[in-house]
Amino acid sequence: MSDQPILSVEHVGVRFGGLVAISDLHFDVRPGEILSLIGPNGAGKTTAFNVVTGFLKPTTGEVRFKGASLAGLPPNRINRLGLARTFQRTSVFPDDTVLDNVLIGLHREDGGASLLDAIFNLPKERAGEAARRAKARELIEWVGLSARAEERAGSLSYGEQRLVGVALALATDPSMLLLDEPVSGMNASETKNFVRLIRSVRDKGVTILLVEHDMPMVMEVSDRIVVLNHGKLIADGTPAEIRADPAVIEAYLGKSAATREAEREAAHA
Amino acid sequence: MDQFLQHLVNAMVLGGAYALLGIGLTLIFGIMNVVNFTHGALYTFGAYAMYLASTALGMNFFLALPFAIVAGLALGALLELTLLRPLRGADIDTTMLVMIGAGIILQSGTLWIFGGVAKAIPSPFPDAPLQFAGVSISWLRLFVLLAAAALIALAYAMINGTRLGRAMRATFQDADTAALMGVNVRLIYTATFALGSSFAAAAGALLGPVYVVFPQMGDLAAVKAFAIVILGGLGSIAGATIGGFVLALAEEFGAGYVSSGYRDAMGFLIIIAVLLMKPTGLFARAERVG
Amino acid sequence: MTRYLPPVVLVVLALLPLGLKDPYLLNALITGGIFTIGAISLNLLLGYTGQLSLGHIAFFGIGAYASALTALGFDVGLFGDVRVIHEGWHPFIGFLVAIVVSGFFGYVVGRLSFRVRGAYFVIVTICFAEVVRLVALNWIELTQGPLALTSIPQMKLGFPGLGELTLRTKVQNYYLMLGVATLAYLVVARLVHSRFGRAMRGLKENEQLAMSVGVNATKTLTVAATFSAAIAGAAGSLYAHYFRIIDPDVFLFAYTVTMVIMVVSGGKGALAGPVIGGLIFGTLPVALRPYMAPEAQWIVYGAVLILILFLMPRGIAPYVDDWFAARRARRAHGAAPAAKPQLEGQR
Repeated sequence: MSDQPILSVEHVGVRFGGLVAISDLHFDVRPGEILSLIGPNGAGKTTAFNVVTGFLKPTTGEVRFKGASLAGLPPNRINRLGLARTFQRTSVFPDDTVLDNVLIGLHREDGGASLLDAIFNLPKERAGEAARRAKARELIEWVGLSARAEERAGSLSYGEQRLVGVALALATDPSMLLLDEPVSGMNASETKNFVRLIRSVRDKGVTILLVEHDMPMVMEVSDRIVVLNHGKLIADGTPAEIRADPAVIEAYLGKSAATREAEREAAHA
Repeated sequence: MDQFLQHLVNAMVLGGAYALLGIGLTLIFGIMNVVNFTHGALYTFGAYAMYLASTALGMNFFLALPFAIVAGLALGALLELTLLRPLRGADIDTTMLVMIGAGIILQSGTLWIFGGVAKAIPSPFPDAPLQFAGVSISWLRLFVLLAAAALIALAYAMINGTRLGRAMRATFQDADTAALMGVNVRLIYTATFALGSSFAAAAGALLGPVYVVFPQMGDLAAVKAFAIVILGGLGSIAGATIGGFVLALAEEFGAGYVSSGYRDAMGFLIIIAVLLMKPTGLFARAERVG
Repeated sequence: MTRYLPPVVLVVLALLPLGLKDPYLLNALITGGIFTIGAISLNLLLGYTGQLSLGHIAFFGIGAYASALTALGFDVGLFGDVRVIHEGWHPFIGFLVAIVVSGFFGYVVGRLSFRVRGAYFVIVTICFAEVVRLVALNWIELTQGPLALTSIPQMKLGFPGLGELTLRTKVQNYYLMLGVATLAYLVVARLVHSRFGRAMRGLKENEQLAMSVGVNATKTLTVAATFSAAIAGAAGSLYAHYFRIIDPDVFLFAYTVTMVIMVVSGGKGALAGPVIGGLIFGTLPVALRPYMAPEAQWIVYGAVLILILFLMPRGIAPYVDDWFAARRARRAHGAAPAAKPQLEGQR
């Protein structure tokens, strides 16, 4: 694992007025790994995601993806470089069908057809459209939603919407995927399925950065974990190392030994 | 030089009325997040209320003015209760379109009742203007300037010094938190819209006697009010006051030294320029990202 | 069923002049149809990207002036001794020029939408329309100002091998309007069903998510605004050559409101929306005219707009869709209603 990192967050700081959301965040993501970013509520995890994907400008520091700086790039350009993400709350286009959702994600796959090809519905456009639809169906089948392809995405369950979000992000053919609390609100069997899905995404060669509160899930799926508290990185290691790290235990469970025990047990489960 | 001073004096008179117009709109826009397309119609309404009171109802000019302002207040409250309150939580486009519908009804209603011919509101002041240092100003315009200044001062005192004003400011900051703190947000919305409307009516009632009164007079006034609000920043009363005077100066000097035909274009050009340079308005606090 | 509705409506509209000889009615249909084309173009922006352009009449008016001036010719001084002199061209070239010039202004406004969205975009578009109106009013050398451009030639269509046809009668102009409207409908339909249209819908439904999957907001909105303005310009050209006189009042806010009402009542974001709205509000003045003054008609318009927003905020078209869908469902489950009494009997 001595490869060049695919993503480096280099001393990133984010301040809103006087409020410090992230003071100094510094970590690397290596190609092909599943890295989890964890930390107590308000530690700055979602802020970090927003910085990496271009929705927020960092006050200090910068993010590099495949060696190139992302400074000043808008989210759509960053996506184009191969960095896709899902959102915590609104992961779908609610008024469109599942199929159309994924097709929106595929809108850049032009198959060489221009705007004029599209308006006159020329052969190039038709071929492109057929290819897009085939690819969309494939992605939907892959996340296990074929039966719901024609339903309005907004009418799906929470867990299913998350799956649509993943299919949508994968439609842009990323080399790295950022998942923002993907299993929150999912039941145990849905979570289990999702873990399997994340693994198979990684097996396709997509690097994964995960923000998640579900500790057992994080411990199970991650190759490596970085822990954020009060806008600073406090630990970096394998799940086993993190579990034993006193600074992490302090950050998470500092107050009550009982909760600490409970978390420990949950983590081992 | 005299010419310059004359333009300046004219701009002050116009600016006072513009500031009233802007304050009314910025309150509604800032606190309720409603793009109020009835604002121009309420300006017209104020002018016609003034006309009606001082002619058909035979009221004294100085009594007709508060009458017009109170009439604007009542109409504003009515519009809020019947149209906006049921739409609370609807998206901004929907309320905007509903307000356009209401504006059409008000304007066409005015046209239907009073006809398209412009009306003049009789002035109680002597016709001979006041001469001072080579500048002439009619007594009526002087009164308009002073009345506008008094109303602006009243607006400040009310927003900064009363319980209602405090509640309005809290609602502007964050309606949900204000509600938690025990502010009756529904009531604040009604009060805000009614007050904002009364300011528009006051502007119409003050400028009506200076110019003439006609049903479409509110069209331009509405766009100017938007210009003032954008110039001054969302929800800022101080910004709206400054914005009103800046627009009046731009119009007056633009008409005097550039071309009178493009007088009314000043406001639009200001809006376009300001929004392209600084989309949150010149005096606005930076909006939170998100 | 809904798939066959547009061609059926088109055939009915095409046959309409055969049974309709009243010139007043025909005139109302042509005028209503021209504004329906404007509404179709507005729907592209409002319905599919969610950006409300309340200065839409500017593109219509620019198209009208561009087309009229191309056909009439002009002679204006720019600065110093530089004069631009243009001899009148064929009116059909005027039609094409109108599309290009309006499309260009749409492109510019689309670029601006990068900086300002929502309520601010609405206000910028209103201001744009007012500035254009004031230019039309004050640049007398070019536009004749309030004196109006008059004697605009009638539209002429050349058919290869068959010669040229000057559209003099109302029936001919009706078919021209219907042809352009059909074309506009098809262009918008193709655009919104293409990948560009998907990017537009994505932006409207969830801008952040759309950007995260690579949708370029500026580019997408610019494409939409350019096409929307170009189609509005085509409608403006029809207006100029049909009425043969235009003045700066062509930029009045009331016309934008007419188009907005057509889109919102018919159903924004539905292809059939502006057509349904256009048919209703194109013919409503004819129906109301014997009973009330124009001011009173406008009161009715305002009230209808408010009522629709309160009662059917999505407009009429989605309800028509729902009705057909429900009927399909009833047919598919033909046995279901019969099962219900049985259930109650068991209780």
